[in-house]
Order: sequence, then structure tokens, then C-alpha cells
Amino acid sequence: MHDMSAHAAQHQAPTSFIRKHIFSLDHKVIGKQYYALALLAALVGMALSWMMRIHLAWTNAAIPGLQALSPSGAPGGVMTPEYYLQLMTMHGTIMVFFVLTTAPFAAFGNFFLPIQVGAEDMPFPRFNMMSFWVTFVAFVVLISSFFLGDGPTLGGWTQYAPLNSVGSVSGPGQGLGVVLWMTSIGLFCIGQLLGSLNFITTTLDLRVKGMSLMRLPLSAWAWFITSCMGLTAFSVLMPACILVILDHVAGTSFFVASNLVINDQLQPHSGGSTLLWQHLFWFFGHPEVYIAIVPGIGIVSHILITSMRKPMLSQRVLIYCMGALAVLSYMVYGHHMFVSGMNPVSALAFSFPTLVITIPATITVLIWVFSLYGSRLRINSASLFALGFISMFVSGGVSGFFLAQPSIDIMLHATYFVVGHFHMVMGVAAMFGIFAGTYFWFPKMAGRMMNETLGRIHFWLSFVGAYCIFMPFHYLGMAGNIRRYSSFPDDFLQPLIPVHRLITIAALLTGAAQLIFLYNLIHSRFWGEPAPDNPWEATSLEWSTATPPPHDNFGGKHPVVYHDPYQYGVQSSVGDYVMQTSPEQVKTDHEEK
Amino acid sequence: MATTVQEPPQIDPRRSPDNGNSGNSGGRNSAPVNGDRRVALDYSPPPSSTAIWVVLFAITMMFAAFTSAMIVRKGSALDWRSFKLPSILVLNTLLLLASSVTLEVARRRIAAFMGKSKGQVESPARWLYVTLVLGLLFVAGQYVAWAQLRAQGLYLATNPSSSFFYVFTVTHALHVLGGLGGLIYVIRKLSRSSLRRSTLVATARYWHFMDVLWLYLLLLLWMKL
Repeated sequence: MHDMSAHAAQHQAPTSFIRKHIFSLDHKVIGKQYYALALLAALVGMALSWMMRIHLAWTNAAIPGLQALSPSGAPGGVMTPEYYLQLMTMHGTIMVFFVLTTAPFAAFGNFFLPIQVGAEDMPFPRFNMMSFWVTFVAFVVLISSFFLGDGPTLGGWTQYAPLNSVGSVSGPGQGLGVVLWMTSIGLFCIGQLLGSLNFITTTLDLRVKGMSLMRLPLSAWAWFITSCMGLTAFSVLMPACILVILDHVAGTSFFVASNLVINDQLQPHSGGSTLLWQHLFWFFGHPEVYIAIVPGIGIVSHILITSMRKPMLSQRVLIYCMGALAVLSYMVYGHHMFVSGMNPVSALAFSFPTLVITIPATITVLIWVFSLYGSRLRINSASLFALGFISMFVSGGVSGFFLAQPSIDIMLHATYFVVGHFHMVMGVAAMFGIFAGTYFWFPKMAGRMMNETLGRIHFWLSFVGAYCIFMPFHYLGMAGNIRRYSSFPDDFLQPLIPVHRLITIAALLTGAAQLIFLYNLIHSRFWGEPAPDNPWEATSLEWSTATPPPHDNFGGKHPVVYHDPYQYGVQSSVGDYVMQTSPEQVKTDHEEK
Repeated sequence: MATTVQEPPQIDPRRSPDNGNSGNSGGRNSAPVNGDRRVALDYSPPPSSTAIWVVLFAITMMFAAFTSAMIVRKGSALDWRSFKLPSILVLNTLLLLASSVTLEVARRRIAAFMGKSKGQVESPARWLYVTLVLGLLFVAGQYVAWAQLRAQGLYLATNPSSSFFYVFTVTHALHVLGGLGGLIYVIRKLSRSSLRRSTLVATARYWHFMDVLWLYLLLLLWMKL
């Protein structure tokens, strides 16, 4: 007796508004919902960064509206040092979780992974729908901490112990604010685990006829590798968050050591291990930042190949490099803990793989650069942002070489050097990956073209602006500017205040430039020029179906794949490319089987 | 409610919209390119099979995190007070092991029911119900274990050792409850003749994993607590 042929759980096209747009089982709608959530989160996170930057540059400035948000945190509109830390914590948490994990992975991945493998949908559409709504609830819980109790937690997105466990005695937001943070992030972990479940099963089990693993586009590989990382990382963060919540509400003492005196009060906890939180958190935390960047690597590779009209020097090696980044990311997490008081020998043990992990990253960049050499790159907004990604990834990545060495890290830890490093790789490079993906895939998602002129203006302002903002951070760090301070009263930091002011002005201007993108997005969605099915003359499966794709992605037909996704620079009946689904045989140098 | 003998699900491959080209048969037969031919594989695991391994891996990572937390916490201070595990845990373990055995019996009977000897199998769901009951008894037994600890004055926050005991056993029990939900789902599907073999396999794997996980936890708590 045969089992029923396993495929994506078929669901009929929905008819009601709620089923079509709110509680949808369709991976395309879920992808767009994730994108909208990431967009909203990015706007909130950016606004928070503006408030932080204004305060750092002009410490006594009154920010309009802030007193209404928090009368105790910002009396007269001037934020207290604690409130600065609260805004900083929320800025980091929202950006890392709800923008950088959500947009490149959950948004684009949900929309395009099933299509790129040739499936009708993910295998578990109800889990998929659940994953978005759980993530959405997590966001609401996080934002609610602004309005409940004495504000959000102030412990940074890293929420170190013992500060995360001792409660309100350690500052505003450390009671209810921490519990809300932990609950929000715990929910977020569950949402991402459900998502990873779907991504992994889609990639392994739903590939259409002819789609071998090596014929998957690099973006599909990136989403698959990222979902494997997410599976391992988020399932460690969630128990850690549970233990902190228990320390808060159940009187346990996992993370708080004995004899801790805060504000002249002896804390009732005893025996806990402060370092334990750091181990658990960074075991998640380092793969998390690779979760943020690997989809960008895949998306950028995919876009560049389409724009170069020739494949990369080695698609296979790029896949291996992404895999190597994923595997190594679990071995390096202690480089966040060099000066935490852990055994210096373990510092060495973590430093070595941290330097090794630069190898696959460098190989990736070199493959990009040498593939670009001699190519006739088609310049458009998507390829500009892809090039910008390479630039930012290199600029941000090289500072990592320095931080990887414990002896140098002693000087640079907790300075603006670190802040510059991760903002360039995550805050800029990963964002550029999101922008590149948007400009590339918007026609397929919305059925309309984005405005190309506005896209190029957006690129140049963002590119120049991001360098103006974040390059000076490295200088500040080397000059000794400590991070996570709301102001810099020390004498030796006074000469750096003008640098902070310049950064703030650059940040406000670059932030304003993002409004161009927002306008472009919304205007094109409703009034953009209708898009053809394959505006970029690309080969992968999403371009072989209608724009936007029908409910079951391929209109009842099941594609058959004949080629790898990077048959460019060939002579075929349609031009210089062969689509994956085209049975046409062309003369080609090399074809991945 | 007695289960009546029902027709096993009729599967007509021609009715599947893709003629078997995607999903189970997807990616197997590569279209010839430049005259090459590749060996076609005939079988690929259904998504629920991959999915259950993904789920079990995530659960493993979570318990690994708790394990490392316990080891570190035990070594970080001198306040660890070991205590004797409640005696009912032995009975609970036997109940859980028995439930795995009954689940395997159920699987074989259901396979026979859905296969050629369907006329000879009555009440294919009976042993699933037995498994369900044994699982519920296990959870009830865990509750008794917690009550026994409370009677000794060992609560969640009394001592780090008791904290971890509760954390491990409560988390495990919650996952067992999830497994019971899966069994109920299988029973319902069976009664409607729409049970897929892959669903039953996945549920059984999850249940046996709960068993193995419990044995690991018992060993860990007995050795380290």
C-alpha cells in the first residue's frame, strides 16, 4: 500500500479577506507580512537611534515628545542616563531580532524558497502561519515594555547577568521590563524554530523534478544554511530566557552570585553563575549574527550573477564557504568573552577559530571580486546595493580581524571600535542585502517596478552616509571612547565630542534618505509600472512563473528543471541566458549537475 | 466508543495533481542534459519524516542547554545540596517504557489493518488508547513525584539542585503532553480513515524520543543531583 505522495499540504485559494490577508496559509503572503513587520521594526529602531545620537552629541538637548513617552525617563524631554540605556537596549533588540533576522531570512525566504525549489508551498503551512503570528506577538510584547511598568529593560540586547536577574533594585525597567524582554525573545525563538522547520523540509523534500541540490540558487542555499543555524541557536536561547524568568518570578538563583550588594541592598540570591548567561547567550549570539548575514551573502551572489550575465568563478565553493561560516560560527562565541574573566587559555581556544572563520569569508569576497573582474555588470539599484554590500562587508569585516585577538581586544573591548565593527557588518551590510533583495524581487512580489532613479539616489545617499556615520566609530574606539555611556564627561573624551556631533548629523541625514526608499516602496506598490514576468532576464524558477505568482506558484503546472541557475553568457533562443526550466540545450562551459 | 473496522485509505496516484513529480518523487529523476542520464531514485522521505528529525534536534539542543547550565551552576558555588530522587520515578519510568512497547504493538496492528490482513484486525486503535493512558499515567506520576518533593520541603527555589529537578522534569512532562496531543491526532485520523503512514511514523519517533530523553534525564539527575 503506497503512502500518499508527499508534497506541500495543498490548500485551496482563500476567498475571505481574513484568510487572504490576515491569517493566510500562503507562504507568499506570510513572506510579505514578515517584510511589513521588519519595515515597521526598522522605522522604530531607526527613530530610537536618532534619539540616542542626538543625546550623545548634545547631552542636554530636549527631544520633543519624549516626555510624553516617559515622564520619568525624560523629564523636560532630556533623557536620563538610564533612559538612554533603555532606548539603546530596545534599539539593539529590535534591529537584531525583528529586522536583521526577520527580513533577509523570514521575509524573502518565505516568499521565494518554495518557488525557487519548484514547490507549491511549504510542507507545513499552518506552522508557517503560526511562526509569523508568534513573531508578531513577540514584537508587540517587546514594544509594550515601553508603556508598562517603569519602561523597557536597560541591560543592552545582550542582557548580561546579574543585571538581568536582580530585578528593579538595579534600575528602571529591570523588573517587569526584563520579564517582558525575555518573554518576547522566548516567543521569537519559537517563531523562528517553526520557520526553520519549514525551510529545512522544503529544501530537502520538496524540490521539483530535476532540481538537484547543486542546482539550487545560492539564495536558496543561504536560506537553508541559515535555517540550520537558527535551529541550533534559537533552541539554546529559549531555555536561557526561561531560566532568567525563573530567577525573576520564582526566586531561583541561576545567574546571580552570593553576597551581591546593589544600591546598599544585599541581594537574596546566592550561588549563581554570572558567566553562565554569557556562555548560553553567546552560543546563540554568534550564530545569530551569521544568521543575519548569510542570507545577504546568498541574495547578493544571486543578484550579482544576474547582473554580471555570467556565473561566479565557483558556485560550489561559495556554498561550501557559507556552510563553513555556519559550522565555525558555533566555535567562536567566546570571542565576545575575552575579558569576562574566563580562563585566558579558553580565550586562545576561541581566538583561533575566530581567525579561521575569516578564511571562508575572505574566499567569498575574493570570488565575488574576481568574478566581477572583466564582467559587463548591468547597473541598477539592486546591483548597486549588492556592490555596496561587498564594500560594507569588507570594511566591517576587517575590524573583526583585530577584535579576534585577545591582546588587542583588551584595549578595544567595550569601546566604539566594536560598535563600528558590528554596525558596518550588520547595520549596513545586512541592510544593504535587504535593500538589494527588495529592489530585485519587488517586481515579482508586487507585480510592479520600483522607480529606478529614486533607487539610485537612495543607494548613493545611503552608501556615503553609512560610511560617514560608522567609519569614525573605529577612530573613536581607538581613542578610548567607551560604549554604552549616555554621555562623555571625562576630560580625555572632550576632544571627541565634535566627532560625535558630525556622526549625529550624518545619521539624521542618512536616516532621512531612507524615507526616499519608503516613498518608493509605497508609491510603486500602488502606482508603479506593471512588471513583466522576467524583468531582469534571470534564470531561476521564480522568474519562470507569472508576476505576481498565482496561488499555487506555478498555475497548476509543475516545472521541470534542466539546468543550474547560472547559465548566463550563453547563446540561446531568448538571449544570453537559459532559464532553469527551459529544455533548450546550449553550448556551455560548465554546468552544475 | 468502539472502533469499527473501516476501509483503509485508498490512494490513487493519478489523482495527485503533479502525477508524482513533486514531493515524494521530486528531484529524483534528473532530466537528461546534454545526453547525460542519471540514476533515478524511487523513494524520498516525506516531509514529516525530515520534520520530526528537525524537531527532535531542536528539543535535544534545548535539553543540552539546560544540562550545561546545571553542570556550570553546580560547580559555581558551594550551595548545592543533593537529595534523593522520589521513589515513584521508578514506576513512572516503567510506565513510559511500557507505553513505547504498546505504541509499537499499535503500529504493527495498524499496518496490518491498512494492509492485506485488514479483515483480521479488530479495533486497530485499541493499543493507541493504551499508550495514551500509560502516557497520562506517567504525567500523573510525575505530579506525584513533585508532590513528594514538596512534602520534603523541596520547592523550585529551595536549592539549585531542586530547581534543576523541576526545570528538567516539568519541561519533559510538557513535551510528553505534546506527544499525547500527537497520539490523539493520530487516533482521530485513523477513525476517519485518513491516517498517513508517515504521520504515524513521525508520531512514534517523537514518542520513543521522549522515552530515551527520560532515561537520559533520569541518569543525569541520579548522577549529578
